Amino acid sequence: MPKKTFRQAVHEALAQEMRRDPTVVIVGEDISGGLGSPGEQDAWGGPQGVTKGLMPEFGRSRVLDTPISESAFIGAAVGAAATGLRPVADLMFVDFMGVCFDQIFNQAAKFRYMFGGRAVTPLVIRTMYGAGLRAASQHSQSLYPVFTHIPGLKVVIPSSPYEAKGLLTEAIRDDDPVVFFEHKTLYDVEEDVPDEAYTIPFGEANLTREGDDVSIVAIGRMVNLANEAADNLQRDNIQCTVVDPRTTSPMDEDTIIETVEDTGRLVVVDEASPRCSIATDISALVAERAFTALKGPIRMVRPPHTPVPFAPELEDAYIPNVHDICEAVRSLVGKSQ
Amino acid sequence: MSDQIQAVTMPKWGLSMTEGMVAKWNAEEGSTIHKGDELVEIETTKITNVYESPVSGVLRRKVVCEGETVPIQALLAVVANLDTLESDIDDFIEQYQSSLENRLAVQDKLDPSYERVEIDGQGLRFLRAGDSGQIPLLFLHGFGGGINSWMFNQPPLSESITTYSLDLPGHGESNKEIKAGDISAMMTSVVSFLSSLNVPRVHIVGHSMGGGIALKLSLDHPELAKSITIISSIGLGREINSKYIEDFIGANRPKEMKSVLTELFANNKLVSRDMINDILKYKRLDGTTDALRRIAADVFPDGYQSLIMKDHLSQLRIPAQCIWGTEDQIVPISHTNDLPSNIVTHYVDGAGHMAHMERSGEVNRLIEELIRGT
Repeated sequence: MPKKTFRQAVHEALAQEMRRDPTVVIVGEDISGGLGSPGEQDAWGGPQGVTKGLMPEFGRSRVLDTPISESAFIGAAVGAAATGLRPVADLMFVDFMGVCFDQIFNQAAKFRYMFGGRAVTPLVIRTMYGAGLRAASQHSQSLYPVFTHIPGLKVVIPSSPYEAKGLLTEAIRDDDPVVFFEHKTLYDVEEDVPDEAYTIPFGEANLTREGDDVSIVAIGRMVNLANEAADNLQRDNIQCTVVDPRTTSPMDEDTIIETVEDTGRLVVVDEASPRCSIATDISALVAERAFTALKGPIRMVRPPHTPVPFAPELEDAYIPNVHDICEAVRSLVGKSQ
Repeated sequence: MSDQIQAVTMPKWGLSMTEGMVAKWNAEEGSTIHKGDELVEIETTKITNVYESPVSGVLRRKVVCEGETVPIQALLAVVANLDTLESDIDDFIEQYQSSLENRLAVQDKLDPSYERVEIDGQGLRFLRAGDSGQIPLLFLHGFGGGINSWMFNQPPLSESITTYSLDLPGHGESNKEIKAGDISAMMTSVVSFLSSLNVPRVHIVGHSMGGGIALKLSLDHPELAKSITIISSIGLGREINSKYIEDFIGANRPKEMKSVLTELFANNKLVSRDMINDILKYKRLDGTTDALRRIAADVFPDGYQSLIMKDHLSQLRIPAQCIWGTEDQIVPISHTNDLPSNIVTHYVDGAGHMAHMERSGEVNRLIEELIRGT
């Protein structure tokens, strides 16, 4: 199986679905570049180069560069989805969703419900999230809890290239609006990814490590840190299970509960701001459904409740890291270092 | 040979294995061991298996303790004579450890890589390993299997003979669009595969459905087969565990897949998370489920085997053997009753449907002996 970057995996999912289904179109700012100018066409391909090459293959009618107006093109994508296309809109940075949130949570998320199940909205919004690229507080947030809060939206947070391709393919084929989160520090990560198209179902957590002592549930990029922590801890004979929920809506609650029932200890790792986050949500879930299985308090590893700092030293201190995860686990098994 | 100091090293099972953990030593320091003895249990993320000693002599030193994880090629133990000096053993260990990186680099270069071939517009993935001038060995996996089914067989056997394994049509990373899923169609693909590689004759090892293909090929194209080994094969009787086939096609979640896969083994602890994930990864590929349904409908229509070749097997004019795990829950062991006398049957204790994985040392030895006898 060939190794591919996260960037290639996302590109391949888009290209293969556009070839398979002529109703799949992509819209967004600078996803190709050069529109209406005499200069080089397809010069840009999105800020991470993910969509580069799609316009030459599929043409301007299916790869739509838009003006810098999220409220306009997200609204257009919602309408297109409700009327027969399968748009994949590129919101560039999730931090920009403020200006187009009505289109997402009052329109796209509500159509199926308010039209009595007679409307479908097969829309995907791809968006970048997360800290670590020195992009400051307006370009570094992890806002997936906000979308997870809205009934009618599906929220997908892939942790690796293999996951990204299978989950994006599933998202495009899904008949409901899906918000697809790509961590901006993952694009160059490599992994074995099949050339063929494949889908990973929503609401099915993935166990990336298995151990009897502690369950670590981690979201998105944090899964990789949790894996590293679990490998470090194993050297000290502390065995961790690492759960990647893959999607926070729907959420595979049963798998989380089952693993906590096995280990009796839970650490949740979440890059989102600490209040009303996925960490608090999963903690509440476990406290409610598996309280008697717990052998100790639930630990949450998350950033402080501040904007993401711009100063590199502060940003590094802000992001949860492997050491934080290891210490949280050690505090539960009584083997602190 | 016995006056040398010999190394026992971490084996490499399957292309993706990079390290393994010594789970349990089955011999003490100072004891005499023989080539083929079950020396050490090794756990990888994919599977736990017993490693048989590749050498004979006195186990002078265990270099790796139980519970320790080391890379492939790392020194596990030193085997020598009783009178070899301790200091010579120390020197040997030091020398080996300092050359480990070089050995890993060499292994990297020697590692075979997957190849593809187009046959009638259909892409097949295969793995060629080993390099000898003799007649090569071809592995044919079972329903839902793939190249990795032979992870404990292809690497060791390829040390003395050129070997090929392939993902059959509809399987692994081969094409999922199949025109027909019956044994004859798959045999035709295998025949074309061999001719496209200019391989005129092979020893064949076939497991389960692959055993059926191997039998059909040996009967229809006797010029292609030099010897045949079938393991828990179809083609010998009507019955098949049709519930297993249905459940395998239907299972899409890790937990479902785990309970399906445990039916394959006598020791269900062998089913690891990675094994389950590998199969789910294959099953998620577009077209896989349709292909499996098509094959199941053609090979096992209405839950019974459609092609029974037992009555023709006495026509085989090549060395032939049949291997069966005594705890097979998929194809009944009673299908080995009344096989013609030209087929030697070996029963393998402590193994289910996957004897070539669960008791790989024993199965590899049987395969080697049959090939050597030709």
